[in-house]
Amino acid sequence: MTNLSMAPVPAPAGRGTEVTTETRPVRALLIGIAVAFLALFLLLPLGAVFVEAFRVGASAYFDAISEPDALAAIRLTLIVAAIAVPTNLVFGLAAAWAIAKFEFRGKSLLNALIDLPFSVSPVIAGLIYVLLFGAQGYLGPYLQSHDIQIVFALPGIVLATIFVTVPFVARELVPLMQEQGTQDEEAALSLGASGWQTFFRVTLPNVRWALLYGVVLCNARAMGEFGAVSVVSGHIRGKTNTMPLHVEILYNEYNFAAAFAVASLLALLALFTLIVKATLEWRYAGQIAASRRH
Amino acid sequence: MAGISGLALKRPSVIPGFGLAFGFALTYLGLIVLIPLGAMVVKAASLGLAGFWDIVTNPRTVAALRLSFVTSLIAAGINAVFGVVIAWVLVRYRFPAKRLLDAFVDLPFALPTAVAGIALTAIYAPNGWIGSWLAPLGIKVAYTPLGILIALVFIGLPFVVRTVQPVLEEFDREIEEAAATLGARRDQTIFRVVLPALIPAILTGFALALARAVGEYGSVIFIAGNIPYVSEIAPLLIVIRLEEFGYAEATAIGTAMLLISFGLLVFVHVVQAWRRRRFGND
Amino acid sequence: MNKHLRIITTAAALSLTAAAVPAFADTTLLNVSYDPTRELYKEVNAAFAKEWKEKTGETVTIEQSHGGSGKQARAVIDGLKADVVTLALEGDIDKVAESGLIDKDWRSRLPDASSPYTSTIVFLVRKGNPKSIKDWDDLVKEGVEVITPNPKTSGGARWNYLAAWAYADQKYGHDEEKNKEFVKKLYKNVPVLDTGARGSTTTFVQRGIGDVLLAWENEAFLALNELGEDKFEIVVPSLSIKAEPPVAVVDKNVDAKGTRKVAEAYLNFLYQPDVQKAIAKNYYRPAEPKYADAKDLARFPDVQLVSVDDPLFGGWKKAQPEHFADGAVFDQIYQPASTN
Repeated sequence: MTNLSMAPVPAPAGRGTEVTTETRPVRALLIGIAVAFLALFLLLPLGAVFVEAFRVGASAYFDAISEPDALAAIRLTLIVAAIAVPTNLVFGLAAAWAIAKFEFRGKSLLNALIDLPFSVSPVIAGLIYVLLFGAQGYLGPYLQSHDIQIVFALPGIVLATIFVTVPFVARELVPLMQEQGTQDEEAALSLGASGWQTFFRVTLPNVRWALLYGVVLCNARAMGEFGAVSVVSGHIRGKTNTMPLHVEILYNEYNFAAAFAVASLLALLALFTLIVKATLEWRYAGQIAASRRH
Repeated sequence: MAGISGLALKRPSVIPGFGLAFGFALTYLGLIVLIPLGAMVVKAASLGLAGFWDIVTNPRTVAALRLSFVTSLIAAGINAVFGVVIAWVLVRYRFPAKRLLDAFVDLPFALPTAVAGIALTAIYAPNGWIGSWLAPLGIKVAYTPLGILIALVFIGLPFVVRTVQPVLEEFDREIEEAAATLGARRDQTIFRVVLPALIPAILTGFALALARAVGEYGSVIFIAGNIPYVSEIAPLLIVIRLEEFGYAEATAIGTAMLLISFGLLVFVHVVQAWRRRRFGND
Repeated sequence: MNKHLRIITTAAALSLTAAAVPAFADTTLLNVSYDPTRELYKEVNAAFAKEWKEKTGETVTIEQSHGGSGKQARAVIDGLKADVVTLALEGDIDKVAESGLIDKDWRSRLPDASSPYTSTIVFLVRKGNPKSIKDWDDLVKEGVEVITPNPKTSGGARWNYLAAWAYADQKYGHDEEKNKEFVKKLYKNVPVLDTGARGSTTTFVQRGIGDVLLAWENEAFLALNELGEDKFEIVVPSLSIKAEPPVAVVDKNVDAKGTRKVAEAYLNFLYQPDVQKAIAKNYYRPAEPKYADAKDLARFPDVQLVSVDDPLFGGWKKAQPEHFADGAVFDQIYQPASTN
């Protein structure tokens, strides 16, 4: 079920006998349009990041990414992702288990709610946590009196990141687990396995590639989120700046090359994500959700 | 909900763990998503309907919402057209580096929006790679609504491609052959037979790209120019209102946008339900 | 997978603890400041940490947060735990004081009305001044693009706006309608409205947008310094504003954190002779010029400066609501004529 085997072989041009494909000039034109569009909108910006990053030279590049504030931003970004991704992974498994293995009232509503964070502006994701946990917010006085800091500190950044990445793992698992049905689990249970054994020995191995797929996408978004995090960060250098925010700060400090240097690390993360994603799609097409097998 | 009788929440099943999984998922969604969003709506509701209406019909808010929507609609439209072409090319033709191109389509999902923002600005600013070619022609891209459009096309690009691609792959070629046998020209087959079958997928992708574009912030603010009434998008206005101590305004605009995205989400689900009914499961 | 999950969770927990440890190791001050002071406080902070160590043996780390002044004040009100605020104008610190975090009489607690340095607004133009911009008049001409940030979020932008207003007032003989007309024409020429002064500088300097940047004097000098005098030059208008960026200890926060002593020492440190000298070196006008190098002072042009306390504005308590509140003058000048 790989990509190529599914693509039909176009007939030799000029015969006029092949009725289900276009003439060679039309094909060439369409391929040209597609390639040009992707090159203009995708390749060019990506190339720009690396060219601008190295504009001042390699040593400036490495200075920029090894400077203490940059390292602190990298560390914070890793910490945030290390919390947000596993949390959403557990949620994704729970939600998929409930939706795929059971029939219950309000199932389609739950399914729709999972998608909600995708269509909410990231800025709103930040705003709602300020409204709840800010000093002027609903829980502000309580948090103040107990000396708990949520917004403008790690917990706020983590919460905003979790919000925008809630759907990723669940989105991959729900359709796949629905496709797979419940026979495997029922068999395991009838053989005497406990619920948890069934989950860890049967269900998880069945969805492991889809899970990885979701985790990779979730991680990319978690590390790259800007809008939501920007609202709740407080922008304390070396402390509450994630990598995307650090990029913005450097950008605003005449430090163009450094901004693009840190940006290039994020671009590398994006490339890594794409490679893992494509590999999973090609290698394990049967084991990820149907909508991903192309 | 066939099969769930009486007052029961779920249909009986031998598989355990419903309570735990469902309870956890719902609590999690509630704490992370629903209660915080609810807090915003409650805050907006405390303005009263008249107060809320005053804010969302304030000319600057209207201008920002209109700008966000119009540019997002155009961007989603552009992505719908080119998305179908790209999906078509990726599914139907063979050419060098096709796999690479296919994988690359998802770049906007993987690339942080702030990175996209500064990269696009570097390209389209008047002294940028492309901007410096356009500037002598009197075409300004960065710091105008056109720049916003470019950023929104970038971030929305994968949606239509990725919704159309699987449908096109499973499209029965025999139908095309049948149409050709019955004497239809190739263009007639495509526009009368193939495209109509793709419409639900295109609409879904279009709506998803639209929803994403309307809320987009990171990639746009670097390239937009941020002039009130001209190039100030709604999410930026929320941030500005917040920074001006205007919590009421920020929540009101946020709630208005939330209602709109909720509408889009419902639209997507309706289209998908319609597609399932009309075309079978995907 | 079970094992993997456990590993991930443990890793997350470990990295969390690792992140939390240094925060408790020594005293930390958070200085929430406005945009262009990044370079200044980098220098001041290092000097203060050194002096504090010598004097008390304690290690103090000063963390910085920079952004548009109004936005920074908002963050502090919303719970950003600043020990000291060093903002662009009095009005923003007043806002923080109104929320109860700072004593109402904060301005009288330090010398020179709590402004250890002042500055003014000048024009930065491209080399050779191709549009021959000499004074505020030239900014309202057809075809001149002016770069200035959003006064709603940036303190510097409010000083820019008031300087233009003061010029118009003098020129048109105190006619408020004409002043309004003047600033309206000026903002018509603004193609990009950034949220902070630093964003505007980047737009002008890096992106090549606009003919003239309304900038803090220190920001304009810094741009010349960083990017070469062969690209830009400074034009000093006939009249400008006396910008007094104040500083204050955030009482509630320092009392909660037990950092009052070091926070107060930090702000007092700004008035010390060698710091005043450093302030002048960083292109801010020192409150005590006598400590500064003569050659640093010589760089500041002589210009007629109007204070916000001038009857024309009546101080920030009056100017802020009159010009920058919702629906006030600044909002009016941006509304399209049809809806006005």
